[in-house]
Amino acid sequence: MTDASAAPQTPAPAASSPANPARERIYRHSRVVRITHWINAICLFFLVASGAQIFNAFPALHWGQAGHDYKNVFLSMRAETVNGQARGITRIGPIQLDTTGVFGLSRNNGRFENRAFPTWMTIPSWRDLAAGRRWHFFFAWIFVASGLVYLVHGFTSRHFARDLSLKKDEIKPRHLWQEIADHARLRFPKGEAAKRYNTLQKLAYGGVVFVLLPLMLLTGLTMSPGFNAVAPVLLDLFGGRQSARTLHFISAFLLVGFIVLHLAMVILSGLANNIRSMIKGYYEIEPEKPA
Amino acid sequence: MIIKSLSRRGLILGGAASLAGCDQLQQNQSVTDFIRVGENLTKSTQRIFLSAQPLAREFKPSDISPTFRANGTTSPSTDEYQAHVSTGFSEWRLAIFGMVTTPATLTLAQLKAMPARTQITRHDCVEGWSAIGQWTGVPLRTLLAQTGVTTGARFAVMHCADVMNDGARYYESIDLFDAVHPQTILAYDLNGKTLPVANGAPLRLRVERQLGYKQAKYVTGIELANSLAKFGGGRGGYWEDRGYEWYAGI
Repeated sequence: MTDASAAPQTPAPAASSPANPARERIYRHSRVVRITHWINAICLFFLVASGAQIFNAFPALHWGQAGHDYKNVFLSMRAETVNGQARGITRIGPIQLDTTGVFGLSRNNGRFENRAFPTWMTIPSWRDLAAGRRWHFFFAWIFVASGLVYLVHGFTSRHFARDLSLKKDEIKPRHLWQEIADHARLRFPKGEAAKRYNTLQKLAYGGVVFVLLPLMLLTGLTMSPGFNAVAPVLLDLFGGRQSARTLHFISAFLLVGFIVLHLAMVILSGLANNIRSMIKGYYEIEPEKPA
Repeated sequence: MIIKSLSRRGLILGGAASLAGCDQLQQNQSVTDFIRVGENLTKSTQRIFLSAQPLAREFKPSDISPTFRANGTTSPSTDEYQAHVSTGFSEWRLAIFGMVTTPATLTLAQLKAMPARTQITRHDCVEGWSAIGQWTGVPLRTLLAQTGVTTGARFAVMHCADVMNDGARYYESIDLFDAVHPQTILAYDLNGKTLPVANGAPLRLRVERQLGYKQAKYVTGIELANSLAKFGGGRGGYWEDRGYEWYAGI
């Protein structure tokens, strides 16, 4: 791959636009990263919404090898009768929340229905476990294929080593705290610092790529009775099939949290610039203001 | 610039609109047919990994679920079945026919006299729940060794006594790969006691590396066949005819 050698630090041939002479353009995302990013985005959209459909078929999560009722649940989302009235109740451990209208009990064509996730969060919108599963596994395969391409490219092109590895100074508490404070004030890096991922970005991307996404795949496979016979060690690793199902849900929840933060940061730190860099590869660096 | 005018609200509305678009995709038959490639890919991949026929995990007696949840039919309503309940299934027969060299009709007493296998396994419902139970029964491969299987036979189709709410009779099918697996049994005992009606009395298939809807209850016959086209809706099972995958290993 020719673009594999393009480090984020490498200036682009057309270094700056005439209208903005001080702005520098860098080649930020290689072609493989850009393509797999968008494939992943589409996959995750379908996987999350079809996953919500699948969850609706049995809206309770357990720890352990087995679990089939609403006793000793880690989480449940369903209609329960409270003072003679149907309410959508979400239970997480000892916490009990009335989530009527969104989780547990929500409207479908105007009528209240006992469903964990509302119609607008599931594929298809109506209750259809078979269809939800078909969408889920179809996009799971594409996600795995695209993920493999991304990982092989990331290691062989040294993209991970160069752009995602944490330097010693970056993980010092003072530095981390400074970055968190800057992000909270929406002060994003400029000049030289903007040419690299900052530490929070590295932690977030690294956490998703090397922890959450592999966890999604492995906990998903642990729910498969066929794959259990192939690799029973996964049952021991995650503490059982129902534990794996719970972990699958928790990591999906964290992934959605990442996506929300990611989209917020994309919008707040320069939407057009960010989107262009993930489509064409080029990213404009705002110069540092002279002190 | 269009991109700059995209607000967060716009993104959320866009998201909701694209989910509505998914409903349209869902109603498009060629799209739903196309995404079935996922099922074939899953089946062929799992079969490569399962080629050495590994066993499903077997659990300790202490892992057995306090109650074994029953789904689907919990008591077939036909007079014929209820008559069998009242006679303690003494008149129940299991017919093995179709592409076999010697068709057979067996009573429960004959089945129980054959070498049995007992296994404590996990039952995974397609809905997402699971329960652990101890099953005792005759390995299907023992039965097929007695009847013999004609060349060209590919599937074992389970005929069942329960009629579903929509009037269709329940049936299921597995291929010979799963039929000859040592843990594939016709179970007559659950947790050391006679199989309860809710869980499929008097005979239930256990095919431990697949989901619950493959574990046909109230089995009256096993037909060996080279194609699934002539049974039910042609997709190999009651739930398969209603959209679920024939290969339920995931």
